[in-house]
Amino acid sequence: MRFVILRRSDATMESDTPASPELFEAMRQYDDEMRKAGVLVAVERLQPSSRGTRVRLSKGEFTTLDGPFSETKELIAGVTMMEVASKEEAIAWIKRCPTLCSGDVEAEFEIRPVLDCGE
Amino acid sequence: MTATSIHNTIDAVWRIESAKLIAVLTRIVRDVGIAEDLAQEALVAALEQWPESGVPEKPGAWLMATAKHRALDLLRRRQMLDRKHEELGRELEAQELTVPDFSAALDDDIGDDLLRLMFIACHPVLSSESRVALTLRLLGGLTTDEIARAFLVPEATIAQRIVRAKRTLAQEHIPFEVPRGKELPQRLSSVLGAIYLIFNEGYSATAGDDWMRPALCEDALRLGRILAELAPQEAEVHGLVALMEIQASRAAARTGPEGRPVLLLDQDRARWDRLLIRRGLQALERANALGGARGPYALQAAIAACHARALVAEETDWKRIVELYDELARIMPSPIVELNRAVAVSMASGPDAALELVDALTAEPALKGYHLLPSVRGDLLAKLGRYDEARAECERAAAMTRNAREQELLLERAREFAARSADGHRPQ
Repeated sequence: MRFVILRRSDATMESDTPASPELFEAMRQYDDEMRKAGVLVAVERLQPSSRGTRVRLSKGEFTTLDGPFSETKELIAGVTMMEVASKEEAIAWIKRCPTLCSGDVEAEFEIRPVLDCGE
Repeated sequence: MTATSIHNTIDAVWRIESAKLIAVLTRIVRDVGIAEDLAQEALVAALEQWPESGVPEKPGAWLMATAKHRALDLLRRRQMLDRKHEELGRELEAQELTVPDFSAALDDDIGDDLLRLMFIACHPVLSSESRVALTLRLLGGLTTDEIARAFLVPEATIAQRIVRAKRTLAQEHIPFEVPRGKELPQRLSSVLGAIYLIFNEGYSATAGDDWMRPALCEDALRLGRILAELAPQEAEVHGLVALMEIQASRAAARTGPEGRPVLLLDQDRARWDRLLIRRGLQALERANALGGARGPYALQAAIAACHARALVAEETDWKRIVELYDELARIMPSPIVELNRAVAVSMASGPDAALELVDALTAEPALKGYHLLPSVRGDLLAKLGRYDEARAECERAAAMTRNAREQELLLERAREFAARSADGHRPQ
């Protein structure tokens, strides 16, 4: 089964300050762990919304709006696709994410099963 | 957490941690069977305690510590019988039951143990079926029931197979090590063979089968990917992974309405999983970058890649495919490879050249009952306008296969050729 994990953004991620080398290394090791376990299908970290644009279609008209966008909690910072046997396994993997190790981190992830063409 | 979700979580943790657990324990107690028993005892303890205490923050470490405690108890009990066990016991105590942090630099050592476990589970002294069962059990983290459902055999059969396999490994004193030098290629081939067997079993599953069956493809892919990280310097490992990724990419396009199989050249390529193709091509790149003569898996993957790169069937580089089959035939000569090569030749150079090749194969004893031989011959004859002969070959092929769907397809073609023959149609 495939799951996409959406990591919700926060003020730090949106602030465009580059991640510390330690954090970078920790994230790299974490991706490596998933890769070594054969469960990582794809992973992308997204640039902050200041580099993004929204395209809206309404009443037959397109409008574009450049970021940054204020509702930080609604924004997505990263997308990971995993191939695991169950939702619980995806959750178990999220719990190993290093950026959660420092005690005062607040983070939100959303897990969505990928729609199988056969379904 | 509800009772069900705690159990599902424990299952998930088991899937993630069990292989490493068993690998490390095998190194400690020097016996795969005992190691697995200890791991199972730790699992039982988790099932008893975690619903009350909650899932620990580092579940892998918890299981490892529990298993190591039991290993010590076991060795103490045996101390009377064997000096070797005494030494092991002291060794363990000296380590003060330190537990590897699975997320840290000790990864390398655990990686070595995992690799050793893969090799021992696929040891040539075991039957092919035993290697498959043991690999899925020790490295895949599948339960006996799951393996049984996947292979359509009773659970007791699989249980027996695993027990006997462990006994054989113990009796033959198979060492827990990564084979080196001259031994390595054959031993590696044994591991790759087991993984590919698992993949093909999953690939052959049809709609309506227990979902554990097609899930075997994912299990095989996972094992292959793990092996690629453990032994990145082995080109054939990447070759096998590439082959499986690309084959798996076609899963959605392989069956038509009512579950009819769709031949590769007729498949809707929009339904091919481009992500898996990309991964497969990357794995193939890794294999090629390692240099040296290409092995059979890398070559088969390269052939699969030719198909994957063609956005429509008409764009297939058949010339390249023929060259690859030439190479494959040199290192892995077999009548089946020759037959597949003939099909590629017919696409690249026309049916005449191919028919010559196929005619030469009709005398091959190895292909005697092989229905694809007359099937291919029938196709070639049809392309040459020899419809009556083509019909006869399709009927012969249909009589040779026990697969109902294939029979149907072949008889359909036979009828089509009969009609063309009767109408005096020109060649296609």
